[in-house]
Amino acid sequence: MPGGHRAAHSTVTETPVITTTGLTKVYRSRDREVTALDGVDLHVREGEVYGVIGRSGAGKSSLIRCVNLLERPTSGTVTVAGQDLTALAGRGRRAGKELREARSRIGMVFQHFNLLASRTVQRNVELPLEILGVTGRERSRKALELLDLVGLADKAKSYPGQLSGGQKQRVGIARALAGDPKVLLSDEATSALDPETTRSILQLLRDLNQQLGLTVLLITHEMDVVKTICDSAALMRGGRVVESGTVGELLATPGSELAHELFPVGGTASAPDRTVVDVTFHGEAAARPVISQLSRTYNIDISILGAAMDTVAGKQIGRMRIELPGRFEENVVPIGFLREQGLQAELVDGTDAEPAPVTTPAPLTKEVAK
Amino acid sequence: MTWSEMQPLLTQGTVDTLYMVLWSALVTVLVGLPLGVLLVLTDKGGLLQNTPVNKVVGVIVNIGRSLPFIILLIALIPFTTWVVGTFIGPTAMIVPLAVGAIPFFARLVETAVREVDHGLVEAVQSMGGSIPTIVRKVLLPQSLPSLVSGITTTVIVLIGYSAMAGAVGGEGLGSKAVTYGFQRFDNRFMLITVALLIVIVTLVQLIGDLAVRLLARRGRTS
Repeated sequence: MPGGHRAAHSTVTETPVITTTGLTKVYRSRDREVTALDGVDLHVREGEVYGVIGRSGAGKSSLIRCVNLLERPTSGTVTVAGQDLTALAGRGRRAGKELREARSRIGMVFQHFNLLASRTVQRNVELPLEILGVTGRERSRKALELLDLVGLADKAKSYPGQLSGGQKQRVGIARALAGDPKVLLSDEATSALDPETTRSILQLLRDLNQQLGLTVLLITHEMDVVKTICDSAALMRGGRVVESGTVGELLATPGSELAHELFPVGGTASAPDRTVVDVTFHGEAAARPVISQLSRTYNIDISILGAAMDTVAGKQIGRMRIELPGRFEENVVPIGFLREQGLQAELVDGTDAEPAPVTTPAPLTKEVAK
Repeated sequence: MTWSEMQPLLTQGTVDTLYMVLWSALVTVLVGLPLGVLLVLTDKGGLLQNTPVNKVVGVIVNIGRSLPFIILLIALIPFTTWVVGTFIGPTAMIVPLAVGAIPFFARLVETAVREVDHGLVEAVQSMGGSIPTIVRKVLLPQSLPSLVSGITTTVIVLIGYSAMAGAVGGEGLGSKAVTYGFQRFDNRFMLITVALLIVIVTLVQLIGDLAVRLLARRGRTS
């Protein structure tokens, strides 16, 4: 939107926009308790796209609903844009005026779009503006502007029933932006869409993130979503955040499950007295001929067992599993060389060496590529 | 009875029937609609979850629905007299007719509103919508086709009730059929009143169905 927002290419700042501390949600039914969230601490910085990934039942859905207090957390706090929402909520079940005002500044998009079938596309986008008490002419001006932003200016008079899934989600996004939010929550926004439409919706979210400086918190069960647009990610399991950080940090963390899932590299040692090392390249290192340097410097033969190169969050990142002749003790120096080059080299379990820091993670959403 | 004798009776009967049915339908909708919405909102997991209120309203509605209308009609005579000043005549009949139809309609409203996708409620909550906003902008518009179909059913039930009301001091086609057709053994007159009632019911159903179709077509792929 023109006006108050920053122009293109926002950068992620260190200002926290969404913070949850010790967030816990317990569902009680007559005879049992289910802990959906178990002490979740989340820190989403301004201007970033933050992905929470996990299997169904991991607590993602409860987490995102606790952020705008559609679900009341059992304990813990939620702060959005400096405002402690849990304090605003009070103790009653009903949302008071202050909480409702805070919600109107947080956009939300849904897996099943949740558009009103009886309203035209334009009137759907106008709905949040009606709630905010914006007058008729201003409402329709703003709605048309938002529809133009998501590329659906020509569908203003259509009904949701006449649109494709991707178009419906664009309407959902336009609607979520009507209150000029700083934060957008995305609840599996692409899970009901085909791969191609998913890409275009993710692209739109990325564009909005950069053009409007919008902070996006999304939950998904698809690793590709994280790979395509997320600056940071958290992995959830059993109501807890198991891992979190920027994509770069995760890739630099030895034994990170998320890094492993983002960059599956496979391959096992061809003989017992070999050393298998996973090398991660990012930033400048990705462009240098490190492997051939290693080979020439130490005069060793290197086999490549598996490799993957990709762009994550707009950065070139690669992972390679290589095999060096000899045991770990004999390869301390070459591995040191790789680390000196600014690469991350970690020993893969199974080579008979010192206890390696890597545990083989269970595949999260798909088989690890062999 | 000759046709010229019958005609004014039939005209007066039809006018009285429509008068009673339309006014009582209006009262029924005005009271039954909020009651039905209240049943949904106060239900377990509802936006205004309140078990005592839900139970009390539910029991009252159930009692109202299980009483035979003719009993209700007589039982309400003191109440009707208190409200209208008399318990005889078409205006007085509006009271028992509405009281009889409100619980019925409230249940229809409850069913219709309950079917609205919870995701839509959640969406409006996420925009900062209050409960009245959710009712006004989501629950009622989204359930409108079902509500209209419920109103049609209710009006038809009221036409049936209004014929019964004829037995207890009411007016209208039912009363005419009892007085002239049944008590004077005029089969021809009886048949004509019955035919007239059938025509009215059919027309109401047709109009209702048409309205539902028009409403349901909004937003569907055309």
